[in-house]
Amino acid sequence: MKAVCWIAPNTVRVQQVPDPALLNPRDAIIRVTLTAICGSDLHLYDGYIPAMLPGDILGHEFVGEVVEVGREVNNLKIGDRVIVPFPISCGNCFFCRRDLWSLCDNSNPNAAMAEELWGYSPAGIYGYSQILGGYAGGQAEYVRVPFADAGPLKIPDGMSDEQVVLLTDVLPTGYQAAEFCDIRPGDSVAVWGCGPVGQAAIKSAALLGAERVIAIDRFEERLQMAREWSGAETLNYAEVDVIDALKELTGGRGPDACIDAAGMEAHDFGLEGVYDRAKQALCLETGRPHALRQAIIACRKGGVISVPGVYGSFIDKVPMGAAFNKGLTLRMGQTHVQRYLRPLLERIQRGEIDPSFIITHRMRLDDAPHGYEIFKHKQDECVKVVLRP
Amino acid sequence: MASIEVRTAVTINRSPHDVYSAWRALENIPRFMRHIESISQAGERRSHWVARGPAGLRLSWDAEIVADQEGELIAWRSLPGADVENHGLVRFKPAPGDRGTEVHALIRYRLPGGVLGQALGNVFNQGAGRLIQGDLRRFKQLMEAGEISTTEGQPSGRQREREHGR
Ligand SMILES: NC(=O)c1ccc[n+]([C@@H]2O[C@H](COP(=O)([O-])OP(=O)(O)OC[C@H]3O[C@@H](n4cnc5c(N)ncnc54)[C@H](O)[C@@H]3O)[C@@H](O)[C@H]2O)c1
Ligand SMILES: [Zn+2]
Ligand SMILES: [Zn+2]
Repeated sequence: MKAVCWIAPNTVRVQQVPDPALLNPRDAIIRVTLTAICGSDLHLYDGYIPAMLPGDILGHEFVGEVVEVGREVNNLKIGDRVIVPFPISCGNCFFCRRDLWSLCDNSNPNAAMAEELWGYSPAGIYGYSQILGGYAGGQAEYVRVPFADAGPLKIPDGMSDEQVVLLTDVLPTGYQAAEFCDIRPGDSVAVWGCGPVGQAAIKSAALLGAERVIAIDRFEERLQMAREWSGAETLNYAEVDVIDALKELTGGRGPDACIDAAGMEAHDFGLEGVYDRAKQALCLETGRPHALRQAIIACRKGGVISVPGVYGSFIDKVPMGAAFNKGLTLRMGQTHVQRYLRPLLERIQRGEIDPSFIITHRMRLDDAPHGYEIFKHKQDECVKVVLRP
Repeated sequence: MASIEVRTAVTINRSPHDVYSAWRALENIPRFMRHIESISQAGERRSHWVARGPAGLRLSWDAEIVADQEGELIAWRSLPGADVENHGLVRFKPAPGDRGTEVHALIRYRLPGGVLGQALGNVFNQGAGRLIQGDLRRFKQLMEAGEISTTEGQPSGRQREREHGR
């Protein structure tokens, strides 16, 4: 089959590889009908997540059709169309039972590696480095899905792949980020980053009752999408001082909650950026937490910092003093996609959200290298690329 | 003779009875203990163990269960003549608040002298703890998920395509 393989930083290649096979009784094999490139994949593409091996198959956002099932998979049959959540989760452990699916105890074959770095291991993730299991991903014609009896959800008849593909990650991720904010009447929520995850968080914050949502980015087309799709107010951080502007917009109080949907590769133009780049070059730091720093400073006292943006290992100069003295709550993590699948699918069916609005580029799997490049550089007003194998 | 002690613990989301029974049924053990090749029962309390050692070495010993309390603990020791003398104690106790069962393992090895002892010493010093933790992790996966997570045999761009098409 064909698959998108990580070769080296800034190089992915579509290669012929062997077809996947069932390896465990709870596995299924899916023929991928639509897959997407995620901002998280850019961290791999850019070389920010260590422990990628040349030849690793990428991709954790995919939907498709069941072509083979293991002997313990009784809920799916050949021909079923399914949405596959990006965390690989057993459904039976302490964490899965408490709806903390991305923290599953039993799905990372390389758990010892993760324990070395983080103390304990989260769930495995498709196509997301050796540390998170080294699983072959779904930017391919076929993919093996472990615990197929616990995670995947059947796609109701009449729904298109484009309507549901963002349920594998982006929409639940934005929704969880907004839910973390404990939004109450009158609340203002500020969102750093208007990529797909930011857009989903902005939309979700509005749906969950935020009085105002303030979206921050430097790409005009993304800010425009936030205004059009979710009625957000917008700030271009290349043009204004974000912290001052937020203070002003919120009557001097600060946003009640701040969402960092930019993650570890956030940009900065000032001196702070020079410091972080120098440290990264020396391998002392593995992220540039500019959005996070700003969010902590901007947030009102007693507010919430919600972090869907991914961080891998170490970051410097997090203003802990501000977080502590303002009594902030920090909430973060990979998304518990399985928890949100059904309720969000229903919202899509009721017409409350149409996540396909975020998709700007449709390509063949063969064009993945081009897709990665334009998504990385935000060229051609690219917000979200989907690939059809 | 060098001796090595490993202590480790894991919590398994099943009852102490289930966890104890699965451990006591020795035939499960080679599924989660990577270095154990086979175990054959030789009576109610006796068994014969064969393990894969470093550099293709095969190690064997007879073991005897010295304490056995249903749902609570199992202790064993190797009998004279073992390639690697070992004894161990695994305790099962209810974890608080509906969290299943805590499995606490304590295992002691006594390495033989000579070349074999040296080779084993190298392996053990590099991480007998890790080895046992890995075994317990796989045991937990079997108990909770019914299978052991793996990627062995999956495709990657490092292989040449065997055959194409489905
Ligand atoms: N928690 C999860 O489970 C989860 C799931 C999916 C994605 N993510 C993460 O979410 C983040 C965003 O993903 P995406 O797909 O939207 O990627 P993306 O690259 O399209 O979006 C990031 C956006 O942040 C903006 N940005 C950069 N620096 C900024 C700054 N200082 N202030 C404000 N905006 C800034 C960029 O211009 C860009 O529009 C990534 O870190 C990704 O890894 C997390
Ligand atoms: Zn993603
Ligand atoms: Zn689990």
